[in-house]
Amino acid sequence: MSGEARSSGPAMSPDMKALLAPAIDSRSSWRELFILPLAAMFLAMLIGALIMMATSVAPATILQSFIAMAHGSVGSLHAISETLTAAIPLVLAGLGIGLAFRAGLFNIGAEGQMVVGGLAAAIASFSVTGLSIWLHLPLVLLVGLAIGAVYAAIAGLLKAATGAHEVISTIMLNLISIRLLDYMLRQPFIQKEGRSDPISKAVLESAELPRILEFLDGNLRLHAGLFIMLAAVAVIYWLLFRSKLGFAFRISGENPGAARYAGIRAGLTIVMAMAIAGALAGLAGTIQVSGVLGRATPGFTAGIGFDAIAVALLGRSHPVGILLAGLLFGALEAGGRQMQVDAGVSIDMIGIMQALIIIFVAAPLLVRRIFPPLFRERPRGGEENG
Amino acid sequence: MDIELRGISKRFGPVQANQDINLDIRAGEVLGLLGENGAGKSTLMNILSGLYSADTGEILIDGTPALFTGPGDSIASGIGMVHQHFMLVPVFSVVENVILGVEPTSGVDYLDLEAARAQVQEINTRYGMQVPTDALIEDLPVGIQQRVEILKVLFRSADVLILDEPTAVLTPQEVEEFFTIVRALRDAGKGIVFITHKLHEILEIADRVSVLRQGQIVGQGDPASFSEADLAEMMVGRPVSFSVGRTESTPGDIVLELARVSLFDAAQDARLVDINLSVHGGEVVGIAGVQGNGQTELVEAITGLSAVTAGEIGFAGQDITRASVRQRHRMGIAHIPEDRHKSGMVGNFTVAENMVLNSYYDESVTSGVQIDWRRVQARAAAACLSYDVRTPSVFLGAGSLSGGNQQKMVVARELERDVRLIVASQPTRGVDVGSIEYIHQQLIACRDRGNAVLIISSELDEILDLSDRIYVMFEGRIAATFDNRGGGADRNAIGLAMAGVRQDATRGSAA
Repeated sequence: MSGEARSSGPAMSPDMKALLAPAIDSRSSWRELFILPLAAMFLAMLIGALIMMATSVAPATILQSFIAMAHGSVGSLHAISETLTAAIPLVLAGLGIGLAFRAGLFNIGAEGQMVVGGLAAAIASFSVTGLSIWLHLPLVLLVGLAIGAVYAAIAGLLKAATGAHEVISTIMLNLISIRLLDYMLRQPFIQKEGRSDPISKAVLESAELPRILEFLDGNLRLHAGLFIMLAAVAVIYWLLFRSKLGFAFRISGENPGAARYAGIRAGLTIVMAMAIAGALAGLAGTIQVSGVLGRATPGFTAGIGFDAIAVALLGRSHPVGILLAGLLFGALEAGGRQMQVDAGVSIDMIGIMQALIIIFVAAPLLVRRIFPPLFRERPRGGEENG
Repeated sequence: MDIELRGISKRFGPVQANQDINLDIRAGEVLGLLGENGAGKSTLMNILSGLYSADTGEILIDGTPALFTGPGDSIASGIGMVHQHFMLVPVFSVVENVILGVEPTSGVDYLDLEAARAQVQEINTRYGMQVPTDALIEDLPVGIQQRVEILKVLFRSADVLILDEPTAVLTPQEVEEFFTIVRALRDAGKGIVFITHKLHEILEIADRVSVLRQGQIVGQGDPASFSEADLAEMMVGRPVSFSVGRTESTPGDIVLELARVSLFDAAQDARLVDINLSVHGGEVVGIAGVQGNGQTELVEAITGLSAVTAGEIGFAGQDITRASVRQRHRMGIAHIPEDRHKSGMVGNFTVAENMVLNSYYDESVTSGVQIDWRRVQARAAAACLSYDVRTPSVFLGAGSLSGGNQQKMVVARELERDVRLIVASQPTRGVDVGSIEYIHQQLIACRDRGNAVLIISSELDEILDLSDRIYVMFEGRIAATFDNRGGGADRNAIGLAMAGVRQDATRGSAA
């Protein structure tokens, strides 16, 4: 080996120091992560207002609806509690989707993974009795997480073994999960006694996620899932950017040829990434059951698994980005409900605006054209390859 | 049709890609355009083909200023570009590919394939191209596919043809045939811009030559008035040595040995047949051959990317026939892959991340399940310095390095650790002359430290320059072996073997 290549001493030459100085212009990543979504949100609100005007909503009402939205999302302690409560499952499922995406997999199945995870957790939360909360709650969370992982791993295995595309198989697994939920909710050991409609027994108190602001006001729904969400953000960040496994995921996602070259086993990577994604979605479903709803009902996931795809996209599959995007969607959700109450504008408008935000974020060039001053590139030092 | 470029300048941010370039392209003449990667050849040709507009300067066509707002304008003016990477639909026939986008129709959008075929056939025979016009592209060899690209631009009535590195994919014999076509086009009054980095080609085919360096024309004139050394020095900006100054090799023990190795693909087609091959320590063995004759599969078999169907592979006295990629990597097999973009690197990753692409799991850069990025970064910085990878920082995305620096990064990664065998596949493809020289020196230095080096290249010059022994592959078999210890291998005989011509006696001492 050519001598210097193996320099092991701690002495650093000036050349070496220069090479180790960060080169990435933080401005451009700042633009990507914050300014772009904000501009997209502004445009979405603008178009939302136009749609409302077109349906002859009075301008005063439109203004009122936006005020109500702000008020309902961050205007009070209650509003913030609602925003965070709505954000928790979005962020968790979004982390899973983002992680799978980093590994080159498009996991459309978060909804189904939430359903089976949440259902399994519900069963564990009322059929296991006599445990303290310190044992019962972790058990329930673990069951939801494991079942979500197994369910998603089916799609991973199918892809690894037969090449079946994960988009198709996860969509089908979603359909199965929804029917399975309806079917299971009518089983005598699950269905609530004395009810003819499909609804599960209630979660035992020892399996409930405690509400963390109850000491302030009994109506504040924010629960301990918040800490699980924050921990998940940190763990997934570490996994993706610090661990060997995460590096293998990222190589596989960026360049499958390079992954093969590096001796990374593609099948194993696919199954692992799907399982982790499913675990996070399963956890999201579990948290809805144990922290918010207190039972499993038909459609209890309420499309959160699909909204989480948008959250992952908006957050650029980066854990911190997903956290921020999830909070934004949570705020829209909570604000939208207030908007409906205060201004009488349908909550469907929120769905439209969420979709518009995603479209604008997915089409950054469009936003750049509309707001050129926000995105003006300052010439950077460094070379360009011809 | 004559084209004059007058005072063309183009700037991208801080980079002056073209500066005040004057260039004449004349009918009935081959203009050789020589320059390293990043010298501004592509920018200039993209301006000429209407993809970019120049900041200043003008393009005169037969003395009249032309304004191109897009590639359509340039094509309409009679300028045709043949790209290095073919843009053909594999499952379409030659005629269908040629007419794609300008289909002759009659009535209400009725595709008049007969008229098209006649027209394509006429062009085909006029320039002696011998392209089977009804064959599917995927069934044609690369050399013929390239002629289809030329047919495409001629069908669009091009008077000026820009050929971007056209010989990169051809055997020496195919190059000769190709030159015959180029001469026929020239003699028919077409103007031709021949872009290349191969100096001897310029000397052979060009009527005039212009050399580009750092966006400026640094020399032009009659090729006969320049030597290869002159041209190279103009191109690189300093004297370049062509031969690597390879000394007599001192082969040691056998490091790599393949015994009767065969490999069948998923469709049960034989890709490798009965390969016997050995590489000793302290020796460079070259695999010559036209692309697609089993070289890729050979490399995959040796590095563990593909399982062999039959035969054994031995490495340093051990049987590695069943060993995984990672096991082989750890045993000391380094692999410079044939296509850095497809497998050798990740453009969106930093230089530091790329430096541990296939060794991120190694104890030397990890603590438990974590990667110790500080150690990786320090190691990457040291490797960049000792292998001349020019980057402002190890945190820069590898995709923004020049091709030569990307390749040096891959080479640095593979040679920086303790290895016994280096499998270098197309080690200098798409790399500038300065970097080629450097990479060659590193490979020879590796040999001189007693390692076994296996070089697979479709550039015969590279094989002849570096190898002590040469195997020629044809249709998955070793077609011939040559001794090149004193540099005495017969270039012509190797060329014939590459083309599949059987020879009665293999020259030199068989391996």
